[in-house]
Amino acid sequence: MELEFLIEKTALVLVLFVLTLTIAAYSTWAERKVAAWLQDRVGPNRAGPFGLLQPLADGGKMFFKEEIIPSGANKYLFIAGPSLALLVSFLGTAVIPFGQNIEIFGRVVPLQVTDINVGILYIFGVVSLGVYGIMIGGWASNNKYSLMGAIRGASQNISYEIAMGLSIIALLMVTNTLSFKEIAAQQHGWHWNVLYQPLGFLIFLICAFAETNRVPFDLPECETELIGGYQTEYSAFKMGAYMFAEYINMFVSSVVMAVLYFGGYNYPGMDAVNQALGPTWSPLIGVGVMFFKIIAFIFFFMWVRWTVPRFRYDQLMDLGWKVLIPLAIANIVITAIVIVGFDLFNKL
Amino acid sequence: MESLSGRKKVLEQKPMNFWERMYLPAIFKGMAITFSHMFKKKETIHYPEQQREFSENWRGMHSLKRDEHGRERCTACGLCALSCPAEAITMISAERAKGEEHLYREEKYAAVYEINMLRCIFCGLCEEACPKEAIYLDGPIVPSDYLRKDFIYGKDKLVEKPLKEIEAEKAMSR
Repeated sequence: MELEFLIEKTALVLVLFVLTLTIAAYSTWAERKVAAWLQDRVGPNRAGPFGLLQPLADGGKMFFKEEIIPSGANKYLFIAGPSLALLVSFLGTAVIPFGQNIEIFGRVVPLQVTDINVGILYIFGVVSLGVYGIMIGGWASNNKYSLMGAIRGASQNISYEIAMGLSIIALLMVTNTLSFKEIAAQQHGWHWNVLYQPLGFLIFLICAFAETNRVPFDLPECETELIGGYQTEYSAFKMGAYMFAEYINMFVSSVVMAVLYFGGYNYPGMDAVNQALGPTWSPLIGVGVMFFKIIAFIFFFMWVRWTVPRFRYDQLMDLGWKVLIPLAIANIVITAIVIVGFDLFNKL
Repeated sequence: MESLSGRKKVLEQKPMNFWERMYLPAIFKGMAITFSHMFKKKETIHYPEQQREFSENWRGMHSLKRDEHGRERCTACGLCALSCPAEAITMISAERAKGEEHLYREEKYAAVYEINMLRCIFCGLCEEACPKEAIYLDGPIVPSDYLRKDFIYGKDKLVEKPLKEIEAEKAMSR
């Protein structure tokens, strides 16, 4: 291991960590702004210009609030719940390629913390761990609402993971690889996977909403029915950790959708830009394009939240098991037929 | 059953067709509506900078009035405190001394006059009870504050400014 390699990776990890935190913090601001705009209001505008310091004020408030641990709660699990949720949500971005290889001081640096050849499996593993944070927190609270929220969260995540996995399998049949770097590279220019897998993308999108516990699938939180669900007994920064984890999950799933289906850092006409700007500056434009897509997805998450009402629990399960899973399987079959058909056609 | 009033409307519930059962077209329609609202005029009134228009008989903060010579009208009769359903008003009366005729109109005046703005319900009964036309709820919205004790308004905040000062201010603004 050379020193440059260590420095390069450490810098990348730090930048990614800070970036994730910042985006999560500003997602809370953006959520309130978007909610306000969609409802003909102006949203937070007092703390700093356009209310941009609001996340800092909220964070400071979270730190200084009183920490309450209910007397009947299991203390260790009660603390482990939000910690686990926050920790696990951070892990996802490690395998994401945020841009092409960039040349700095004559050294080629990949804009990806690590390129493991089972990147998609890794993401799925990490994302499915997220439900433990909810489950442990809800169980440890010793409160019926928390427990109901936790059970809902667990069953919802497990049901929608199946449809999500099946929609990904159809994608893998097209890409023939599990590595994010290769999947991103394959979508050069405008060859985005969403054009080849529109149905798969739709299923993935719906499942992503369910996985991140966002409206219309926010049954684990469910303020109106379960007074906060698994978060009911949480206060101060433990509550903040759950909220942060939710927003980081939203960021991660936006990133994954951007890379898997919307070409990641690729954009039409990138070859001309690459030639014009050279290997140092053109990848940065790719990174910009990537973040534009991510932010567009985050906005989409919020837009849906302030439009669609929550599903009922039986409707949620109906949609997951009776609609999305059969649809995903049909998608696999259709994809397989098309791929085999093209192969035969080419051989003729 | 036959409707007696003839106003009963029977709603026909058709089973949803394929596109309606998909939900997605309806969701996209809804999202188009919410998106169009992003560019509509915002309803918000930025309160401290902007104020809503109040009606003529709107009741805000109290003010203790002066007469045409700039003397306090209040004679500390206590009728306002008596009429107050929230018991927000207290006062201590004093006798006017010689040489104070230019300050107080009657022989008796309120040395201390306090209204607890947290208790006050802005019903306006004090205004109606006052025989001397000394108290009116014609001020602005009572501002927010940090401590409970700061909501007990004394004469320093309630009594109208002397005539001279008001005229000076008017001249300044001109």
